[in-house]
Amino acid sequence: MPNLIKNGALQEDAWQRVEPDSTRVIPNGIYALAAWQQLADKQQSGVQLEPGDGIESLVDHLDSIAVVAINFPVFTDGRGFSYARELREKGYQGELRAVGHFIRDQLTYLSRVGFDAFQLEDETQLEMALHSLHDFSESYQACIDQPLPLFRRRQ
Amino acid sequence: MYVYDQYDQQIVDERVAQYRDQTQRYLQGSLSDAEFLPLRLQNGLYVQRLAPMLRIAVPYGLLNTGQVRKLASISRDYDKGYVHVSTRQNIQLNWPELAEVPDILAELASVQMHAIQTSGNCIRNTTTDQFAGVAPDELADPRPYCEIIRQWSTLHPEFAFLPRKFKIAVCGSAEDRAAIHNHDIGIELVANEHGEIGLKVLAGGGLGRTPVIGAVVCDWLDKKHMLSYLEAILRVYNQHGRRDNKYKARIKILVKAMGVDAFRAAVEREWQALKDGPTTLTDEEFDRASSYFTEPQYESFEPAAASAALEAACVANPIFGNWVTRNTRAHRKDGYRSVTISLKATGFAPGDVTAEQLELIAGMADAYSFGELRTTHQQNIVLADVPANRLEQLWQELQAAGLATPNIGYLTDMICCPGGDYCSLANAKSIPVAEAIQARFEDLDYLYDLGPIELNISGCMNACGHHHIGHIGILGVDKKGQEFYQICLGGSQSKQASIGKILGPSFKQEDVPDVIENILQTYVSLRTEEESFLETYRRVGIDPFKEKVYAESH
Ligand code: SF4
Repeated sequence: MPNLIKNGALQEDAWQRVEPDSTRVIPNGIYALAAWQQLADKQQSGVQLEPGDGIESLVDHLDSIAVVAINFPVFTDGRGFSYARELREKGYQGELRAVGHFIRDQLTYLSRVGFDAFQLEDETQLEMALHSLHDFSESYQACIDQPLPLFRRRQ
Repeated sequence: MYVYDQYDQQIVDERVAQYRDQTQRYLQGSLSDAEFLPLRLQNGLYVQRLAPMLRIAVPYGLLNTGQVRKLASISRDYDKGYVHVSTRQNIQLNWPELAEVPDILAELASVQMHAIQTSGNCIRNTTTDQFAGVAPDELADPRPYCEIIRQWSTLHPEFAFLPRKFKIAVCGSAEDRAAIHNHDIGIELVANEHGEIGLKVLAGGGLGRTPVIGAVVCDWLDKKHMLSYLEAILRVYNQHGRRDNKYKARIKILVKAMGVDAFRAAVEREWQALKDGPTTLTDEEFDRASSYFTEPQYESFEPAAASAALEAACVANPIFGNWVTRNTRAHRKDGYRSVTISLKATGFAPGDVTAEQLELIAGMADAYSFGELRTTHQQNIVLADVPANRLEQLWQELQAAGLATPNIGYLTDMICCPGGDYCSLANAKSIPVAEAIQARFEDLDYLYDLGPIELNISGCMNACGHHHIGHIGILGVDKKGQEFYQICLGGSQSKQASIGKILGPSFKQEDVPDVIENILQTYVSLRTEEESFLETYRRVGIDPFKEKVYAESH
């Protein structure tokens, strides 16, 4: 069953969340920040940021991380939007996935700030949510999806 | 004024389609109340005490007459035939149907208008001086800057879910008519020693529960960096502003908690990463934005003859002459004046204007002021470019429409939020208080003798009526389920900004006009010649006022 939106299409999620208090090392695990920091080998690792974590602790490892999940405990907490864009600005190339209670109406903004994967709470919504990725075909600002602001592209 | 191209139009049209879909999903039950809430707020829709309220964006207060006529027809077709001018220069409809809002937004889009980000925890409508481009004391026209900020802030993906609402104001003149000290970000256009225009940036000002005067975070910023610098400020705020308590969530609290210097350093750090990137503004973009705010086709008048003729007309008709003195002001072009149409007639809610009046005003703007008009944060309407030799004709039309109340800048030209009659957040009603004060102080000669006084009324701590920065501020409070009113004195929104001081225990609604009268009598008895209310207050302090008011009420 496809349960993830990735690069604009539905697919099966190959990663799994490691419970925050677990010390187990599992393949394709997405660790809470503190647990991830303990990992001896961060190659191809997964880490989840919570609001308040900031991105500083990831900055030196951007080349080795495979998945950064950013959690939205409530969809109105917009810190994750800045985290995502900053990670991309600093050169992070791996998967950036939104998890938690974000809603499909935020998908345009989320993808604009650099998210390329979306793990929706309600998996029955996935198909419909794909439409929300295309709510807008133009935008004013420079962002991750469109590095030039409209004023540099206007004709 | 700014005119949409295909890009602007497309963005607004797509927004209407998106919101139509969201409204449908909400009405079908597939979008919950909690999920729909911020979505509708970011399209200007509140659900108020009696009905929804739709707040329509009027970017920096500028409207053309086609838009005004559309607003009039919308208010007739979808509402009760009147609208309200808000203290953010926006236009509010008080009785729209939730299900019809997508249609209203589509109508607005047809005249290049929208309701995007007029509410919600996002960047709101940028406001400025209602006399931008025509004021004699202007250093640089703030409108191109406002338009550039409007575009940048519209649907900004990173800053749509901030800790709290975020308001920006820009001023380009010697006198601050945009209250930049009381905004989350205030921008003042300033010149350096080479005569180049740059930005002085203030942050952390605000009203509400904890009124604060903004702190200077940057003395001089090259204008090309305007947007990247704003992004840096917003980024610090988005990540570090408090989200655990909505009363402590505005940027003013963050700036206070960090201290201005640490805040400035954090902004500086973020800015280094953004500076000189693609968001850096180009000369072409400034030129493009400025090209929409060029001078209209002014006639040329001989200055001495023009002012002599106006003076003669004022002497011949003193009622007209009085209106010219009170409701018009100097224009940078010889032979022109800027006219403020008062929406503060006794017996009407401050800032309300009917569909018929809107259409009449549109006709006047077409005939006398190049087809444009402006809304003001004092909740009036301005015709900015009226030839002095046509003022009398205009005044006659205004009189016939009940729009010639000559009280601009005086006590009865008060700012007043919708309050308990409409607003579900209110502690108390504000409109009946405004009306009672207007009724009490109807005598114009007395008003003129009192001189310029700004009286501002808010129905609750949210301070939409800017009570803290009124020379006299009135705040509705709840005392054991009863509506009471607290009064503060000495606020000011000028460049010498100040926050009003609370006079003392609050009053019952019926006592407010007496209290105001006592305050005014105290002023009259203490003033020296030529001293305004605010000047007297600043000289003598609050005590004499306190003594008089509370002695009388016991
Ligand atoms: S100040 Fe309070 S009562 Fe007045 S409009 Fe704002 S929220 Fe409503």
